[in-house]
Amino acid sequence: MSYLGTVLLVAGKDLRTEIRSREQVVSLFVFALLILVVFNFAFDFTIVDFGSLGPGVLWVAFIFSGVLALNHSFRIEREQDRIEGILVAPIDRSAFYLGKVAATMMFMSAVEAVLVPLAAILFNQPLTTRLGALLLVLLLNTLGFAAVGTLFAAVTTQTRRSEVLLPLLLFPAAVPIALAAVRTTSHVLAGRPFQVYANWVWLSGGYDLVFLAAAVLLFDFALQE
Amino acid sequence: MTFAASATPGATPLLTARRLQKRFGASPALDDVDLDLAPGERVLLLGPNGAGKSTLLRTAAGLIRPSAGSLLLFGEDPWRGDRIAIRRRLGLLSHQTFLYDHLTAAENLVFYGRLYGLGTTTAGARRSLDEVGLADRADDPVRTFSRGMQQRAAIARALLHAPDLLLLDEPFSGLDAAGRDTLRRLLRDRFAGARAFLMATHDLESALPLASRVIVLDAGRVTIDRPSAGLDAARLEALIGRHAGAAGAGVAP
Repeated sequence: MSYLGTVLLVAGKDLRTEIRSREQVVSLFVFALLILVVFNFAFDFTIVDFGSLGPGVLWVAFIFSGVLALNHSFRIEREQDRIEGILVAPIDRSAFYLGKVAATMMFMSAVEAVLVPLAAILFNQPLTTRLGALLLVLLLNTLGFAAVGTLFAAVTTQTRRSEVLLPLLLFPAAVPIALAAVRTTSHVLAGRPFQVYANWVWLSGGYDLVFLAAAVLLFDFALQE
Repeated sequence: MTFAASATPGATPLLTARRLQKRFGASPALDDVDLDLAPGERVLLLGPNGAGKSTLLRTAAGLIRPSAGSLLLFGEDPWRGDRIAIRRRLGLLSHQTFLYDHLTAAENLVFYGRLYGLGTTTAGARRSLDEVGLADRADDPVRTFSRGMQQRAAIARALLHAPDLLLLDEPFSGLDAAGRDTLRRLLRDRFAGARAFLMATHDLESALPLASRVIVLDAGRVTIDRPSAGLDAARLEALIGRHAGAAGAGVAP
């Protein structure tokens, strides 16, 4: 099977499993929605400028639901020792990694696709005029988070306390992408021109490339005992 | 330490272990294990709980690295050689099924078949499931299966790519009498030629008739390594009992 075929096979398997079980999507949506509602009550956005606090609120919701998605994604592989079935298969293990990144991106993007329009309605934000820039920001930063998160989820999956360890390892490593995500989203929502936040976009793109490349090279070692 | 005669003299061993050691912390799980597995051999790996049987199988499958010693699969180092080519010739059936609960039995087989580059179709998966008596449940999610049915589906999964060397860890667990018969029949049919298997089991009654050779591990060391001819379950139990605790004494039957 081709490398891309393996990536799609793994991502498709995760998607099909989720469509059948609906274990993850429901908890991701409820969790993200809860964060949005709690922050809505905490800050009066009729007084506080949404552009200054809103991006942080949105990315807290995306990142925490992303951690849930990552934990769930590797819990499935841990149960019944399914990960061993993958490890003994004649595939490039980095293709499994990229399949998992793709699946995590799909689940995070599904949450974002609901939460962003909802936030626009709740907080009266006209997003349609900035949709292109916003999609670029969401795509780049979601990819970066999924890339680094999948690598650390794989590292921790064979430990006993993987669900505790994952955020402890992941959050420090994800600081650059979280920072870039919040800053670029803030500039986009404020309607500023691309040149103002271009450096943050390059940072996100660079982070994505570095972590994807490093993970593709290191993933085999990450999964070893 | 003794070695059984190779089933195919002169052929490259499917598995070669030399002074293989695996330690978890201070305690040795495998202690200087020497082993050759020739094409056509059907080997039972016996011993009490904690003897190192599963560790040996997991090491042979490339899932854990040995602490010392060497291991070759098909004449190649599984950590430095062509790992994908090695894994293509290797199969693993454990008491864990590796199957995804929310996928159907056929979907699971299609998934694993494609991982092995077989281009398995749903029709092909159905044929494989038919061989283990699950044709009528091919489209049901695995989570709706009993433990025994899940194990049958796992057998179909493990045999899907016709491995040259199959590693089995308690494969009879959860199977009823019919399931045990099915597994015995499949192993007898599929491993009649140059293919080989190495099976860790406590179910001597089911497994011994299949075997050409018996290896007993105790505290990570090989205490018995001999052909299975002339052995029945009772005699083998007695032999294992006699050698229990003899690890390290260089006992040969």
